Amino acid sequence: MDLLYKIFIDPFMQMGGAPDLLVQTLWEGLVSGMLYALIALGFVLIFKASGVFNFAQGIMVVFAALTLVGVYDLLRSAGVTPGWLAAYLALAIALGVMGILAFAVERVVLRPLVNQPDIILFMATFGLTYFLIGFGEFVFGGNPKRMIAGELNLPSGAVEFKMAGGFVAMQKIDIAAVLIVSVMVAGLSFFFQRTRIGRALRAVADSHKAALSVGISLEQIWVVVWFAAGIVALTTGIMWGARSEVSFSLQIIALKALPVLILGGFTSIPGAIVGGLIIGIGEKLGEFYWGPLLGSGIESWLAYFIALLFLLFRPQGLFGEKIIERI
Amino acid sequence: MRAPDDKPKSRIGDVLLAVEDVSLAFGGVKAINGVSFDIRQGEIRAIIGPNGAGKTSMLNVINGFYHPQQGRITFKGRTRSRMRPYEAASGGIARTFQNVALFRGMSALDNIMAGRTLKMNVNFFWQLFRRGPAMREEIEHRRFVEEIIDFLKIQDIRRTPVGRLPYGLQKRVELGRALAMEPELLLLDEPMAGMNLEEKEDMSRYILDVNEYYGTTIALIEHDMGVVMDLSDRVVVLDHGEKIADGTPDEVKRNQAVIDAYLGVAH
Repeated sequence: MDLLYKIFIDPFMQMGGAPDLLVQTLWEGLVSGMLYALIALGFVLIFKASGVFNFAQGIMVVFAALTLVGVYDLLRSAGVTPGWLAAYLALAIALGVMGILAFAVERVVLRPLVNQPDIILFMATFGLTYFLIGFGEFVFGGNPKRMIAGELNLPSGAVEFKMAGGFVAMQKIDIAAVLIVSVMVAGLSFFFQRTRIGRALRAVADSHKAALSVGISLEQIWVVVWFAAGIVALTTGIMWGARSEVSFSLQIIALKALPVLILGGFTSIPGAIVGGLIIGIGEKLGEFYWGPLLGSGIESWLAYFIALLFLLFRPQGLFGEKIIERI
Repeated sequence: MRAPDDKPKSRIGDVLLAVEDVSLAFGGVKAINGVSFDIRQGEIRAIIGPNGAGKTSMLNVINGFYHPQQGRITFKGRTRSRMRPYEAASGGIARTFQNVALFRGMSALDNIMAGRTLKMNVNFFWQLFRRGPAMREEIEHRRFVEEIIDFLKIQDIRRTPVGRLPYGLQKRVELGRALAMEPELLLLDEPMAGMNLEEKEDMSRYILDVNEYYGTTIALIEHDMGVVMDLSDRVVVLDHGEKIADGTPDEVKRNQAVIDAYLGVAH
């Protein structure tokens, strides 16, 4: 009985007893949920267009962030002042590099593999991952770097709001992250749902040869989605980098996107967002209110547990396309 | 409607597409070996032959999926050694596939709209906001697509995801998508495979109508000899990657090489 009380009653009593703490926890969940959603979005874009799970998405985040910081250092040592000018120049160049990467991936990896089974393309993204790790270390070195958040005019410090009978502190960078991610997600879903490219994208995802036969250019579509995924990766890199630092260990956050994808479905942009929020908020609430029961540290696996629960009832994810199979 | 005195044969014009001496090999396997034939404007041209004769490979060469090692393809007066799928599509070659290749997750309507891809050219900033030219363009294409839907009598399934449709209807949607491209040359790879008699008759009707009303040139691969003999103006017969006969259905039917290829020959 005591255990049941601790699981089903006590946490809610705590929530009711200190609503400001609850709001604080929800906010933190929202922020990390948004960032998970952002990573998941990178996967969804590429999965939609090519049916490929892009294993390299995590390393693309690191690579984009490293490029940004590396180019910034280079510009500063070349005497470009003031700092913000160098930072925005570096941002533009990093975007350019992601564009070149998208182009190169299409040319070197995807084009020779048109019409091959998905698993082959999946394996090719493994190759791409290791190439980017090696290339990134070769060019930028393996040491962790500081993200140039201040130079990019991202705010720092915290604001406190008086609400729910107490104080809720929010990091300004987190507020900025939530805003930027919202705008970006809205922009991308708009772009892919309302334009001709959106329809072409879904067509390519369904059948390469049929898409080719109606004159859709696979090359163009792939460059577009990989570039979009590159932009998402760069944004993710800046936001995550600003909260800790830029290092190769950042790529494991890609694994955090997996439960989000399972929840949201691999093909749905809204799914990625809702999935990200459920995972982010669920994780923080679970850790804060139920964590102590299990000796804490449940944040690292709770996401997978939530995803498993959903899988039991909706194998295609919350928003995924229902798989129709004729027998 | 065509005037009754306008006899079928007079609708046939000049050569639209010609393949000359085309050879295609996969490693050591020769799929097509030195084949030449032509397709004339406005005709229904059948390509027949036993399994593995190279018929589908031939269609793939024509619309640029395969690149022959040897030979030339002349389409609308332009000769080249290989087609690219995009060139073929934008030049007016549409096709259907042997094992229906549709965009399964999309509705029938969206599938057919996808066939309009090359006809749309308003830039995407307008599309983003669905204003001005983009709105007009969408409406105009939608009208065209609805005509095709009426023509193929698939009004009631236009919102259904095609993966859920029975096979015969999927084939019809696929034909619709090809027609949405307003093709000059329509390639049909076994349009009636796996259909029952009624569906076959419907499909034959659509093929004849497309040819007659839109004046579309059609090249088709088909196994049902009755259908081939009824529909086509001229027939080319392939066997083991080589051309063994070419002519009107009656000529081909009497050709000894063709009879041998189909029935086998005593050695």
